[in-house]
Amino acid sequence: MVRVPEEAKQTTEEQPATASGPGRVLIAIYAIFAVGATSRAAVQIATRFDEAPIPYLLSAFAAVVYLLATFALARKGIGWWRVALAACSVELAGVLIVGTLSVFDTAAFPDAAVWSNFGMGYLFIPLVLPVVGLLWLRKTHPRSEAEITRTRR
Amino acid sequence: MITGYAVAVALCSLAVAVWAFVLVARNRPPKKPLLTGLAVIEVLLLAQVVISVVLLIGGDRPGSMVTFIAYLVGSLLVLPIATVWALAERTRSATAILGVACVTVPVLILRMSEVWGGASA
Repeated sequence: MVRVPEEAKQTTEEQPATASGPGRVLIAIYAIFAVGATSRAAVQIATRFDEAPIPYLLSAFAAVVYLLATFALARKGIGWWRVALAACSVELAGVLIVGTLSVFDTAAFPDAAVWSNFGMGYLFIPLVLPVVGLLWLRKTHPRSEAEITRTRR
Repeated sequence: MITGYAVAVALCSLAVAVWAFVLVARNRPPKKPLLTGLAVIEVLLLAQVVISVVLLIGGDRPGSMVTFIAYLVGSLLVLPIATVWALAERTRSATAILGVACVTVPVLILRMSEVWGGASA
């Protein structure tokens, strides 16, 4: 008798909280960046990789991170929530590190990659996006019923 | 690409974006008038594709054919995909998604015209 409602509650807790309400706008923006970064990196690497290998590889890496964040945010469950957290964290670290490097070592970044100059070429959206993503993830932390009962005990 | 037409489409899309964000501020889910606005932009984009294809057949060459065609196809996909994603949950957030999609269109048109003008990517 006790188990059934508990299980039912757990399923409601596992609804894709990250993919509802404002989260859907966030996912839409992530999807645009994922498609944009992926196709841009693909063209850069396929046609003129020798010109600037580091920024182009970073573009490809950024593309993977955006794809991962988009899918993870759109999925339900604590597992995907954690993937989204990892993706947004890596993204924030990436934009800060690459941004700083590109400002100080302009020679290594002759062609603008998505994270160059903190995403200035993209209206700083690459800098703002992971911050908003992390804030949203904090708000939608999927605390499972089991976890809640454990802390109560 | 015909610059005047491209600018006109971009401005129309921005106008619909502003309209969408006003509706977001007024806490409105997306309704038929706004969706009709998006449909109009989509038709304008379709005409843009036809114009570009005619010019390409006529012998015009963009800086990178692959990139240009990718933008051309992408410009047709943004609004329909965004609409499907938005209408799955009809809240003010859905209206915001449509606004974001309408802002994306002028960005794509800008990049497309850069490639048309000779930029390689």
